[in-house]
Amino acid sequence: MKNSKEVVFDENKDPLIRVVDLKKQFKDLHALNGVSMDIYKGDVVFVVGPSGSGKSTFLRCLNRLEEPSGGEIFFEGVEITDRKVDINLHRQKMGMVFQQFNLFPHMTVMKNLTKAPMTLQHKSKAEAEAEAVKLLERVGLADRADAYPNQLSGGQKQRIAIVRALCMKPDVMLFDEPTSALDPEMVGEVLQVMRDLAEEKMTMVVVTHEMAFAREVANRIVFMADGQILETGTPDEFFNHPKTERLQAFLEKVL
Amino acid sequence: MLPLWAVPEFLVKLQDDIYLNFIKENRWKYLVEGLGVTLRVTFFAVLIGIALGFLVAIIRSTHDKVGTVSTFTKFVLEVLNFVCNLYLTIIRGTPVVVQLLIIYFVIFGSVRIDKVLVAILAFGINSGAYVAEIVRGGIMSIDQGQFEAGRSLGFNYTQTMWYIIIPQTFKNVLPALGNEFIVLLKETSVAGYIALADLTKGGDIIRSQTFSAYPPLLAVAAIYLFMVIILSNLQKLLERRMRTSEK
Ligand SMILES: Nc1ncnc2c1ncn2[C@@H]1O[C@H](COP(=O)(O)OP(=O)(O)OP(=O)(O)O)[C@@H](O)[C@H]1O
Ligand SMILES: [Mg+2]
Repeated sequence: MKNSKEVVFDENKDPLIRVVDLKKQFKDLHALNGVSMDIYKGDVVFVVGPSGSGKSTFLRCLNRLEEPSGGEIFFEGVEITDRKVDINLHRQKMGMVFQQFNLFPHMTVMKNLTKAPMTLQHKSKAEAEAEAVKLLERVGLADRADAYPNQLSGGQKQRIAIVRALCMKPDVMLFDEPTSALDPEMVGEVLQVMRDLAEEKMTMVVVTHEMAFAREVANRIVFMADGQILETGTPDEFFNHPKTERLQAFLEKVL
Repeated sequence: MLPLWAVPEFLVKLQDDIYLNFIKENRWKYLVEGLGVTLRVTFFAVLIGIALGFLVAIIRSTHDKVGTVSTFTKFVLEVLNFVCNLYLTIIRGTPVVVQLLIIYFVIFGSVRIDKVLVAILAFGINSGAYVAEIVRGGIMSIDQGQFEAGRSLGFNYTQTMWYIIIPQTFKNVLPALGNEFIVLLKETSVAGYIALADLTKGGDIIRSQTFSAYPPLLAVAAIYLFMVIILSNLQKLLERRMRTSEK
């Protein structure tokens, strides 16, 4: 598994993502203190925890938007923390959705969706647009293809941002608080898109404060505090039988 | 208060002056040809200024932004950044006339070279330093999230800059760039220091032939003013276009 030249990877047996003793340090602040986790195909892993516990840092290390200070990450059998790896290739297979949407304001919705597939996967314009339209229809925004991002509501922007990531046909989707910047009445439409994705067995890693949603959609919930995973479990274990005092206290506060 | 009979005499004098300075011996040609030179120098200097300015700005912000890269890349970036800083310091720390004279008499001192080309180079190199600072500010004002969104899709650094950061930067800095080029148009008026027959020089040649100063010099001033007004309006139009294309 270590040798990236001859990767033996069986997606039905091996973890899609394997994180081993991941560490991240910002100057003298230890944001991640040895995090290990296996994520299998079809997993919907929710990461929750108090503010500053390292959830975003963990997620951003997965596609190396943050450069880990230590530990290893394997993605589809390849050690992507190896400096010799071309991370851009692997990022194409890891969709990411941000709290602030980060749509490209100088491009139409359609251009936002097709630029990367056309440039990086050499799809023809027709092919890329056909795929984009199909996905737009699924999130109910086919009529906004020619709009510019600043003509959209927050909820629409985030749905477009999800579609933009999906257009690359990723094997995993990473979400960092996708509904935190939204007005309350728009949260539902974005969660619905994520719910649909989970039902289609998309592998997902979701950082969120939406506890009810985590309980409903996750097959595994991870509790992080002080840059460590303190507890992992199914929604039932997590909410009904929390083992650590930290988690009990946390749940008392947020529920 | 002039007596009534003096008005026609004043008009007659004006007519004579116009004839002497612009019509006689086809002197207007000094202005028209000078204007051509001024426009040519400004136009190509603007192109060089934009290219150089963006290049320097991209190098400097790449240097400031990169996290972990190989030691070799880091070394190359350090060297490039040093060269850029040197360029900015020297160009912004010395008068443009001196730069023009040095390029003409020192750098190209021993070769015959077209003066228009020298002026284009001098003003382009000069303008590049100011454009670089404008563009760098523009790049830094783009939200970091734009960069991360690009990288997360799999675009490499260069692609992210080219497709995502630079187009937005260009839009943001357009007003400042417009001002820079209006300044440049007027600055080329010192090209006469290397005996380049630009618009200003053209007016000055007429003055030295006719020994009357106000007609040619006022005409020169009026032409500059006219061009600046046109450029300002073009700039406003373009800005409005770009704003509506996003709405
Ligand atoms: N780029 C950075 N430079 C320095 N410190 C950082 C940086 N990014 C994060 N940190 C610090 O690392 C720690 C973990 O931050 P992180 O953003 O991962 O927390 P989080 O769990 O996502 O919190 P929140 O729920 O508020 O989003 C925090 O103390 C934060 O201040
Ligand atoms: Mg966070």
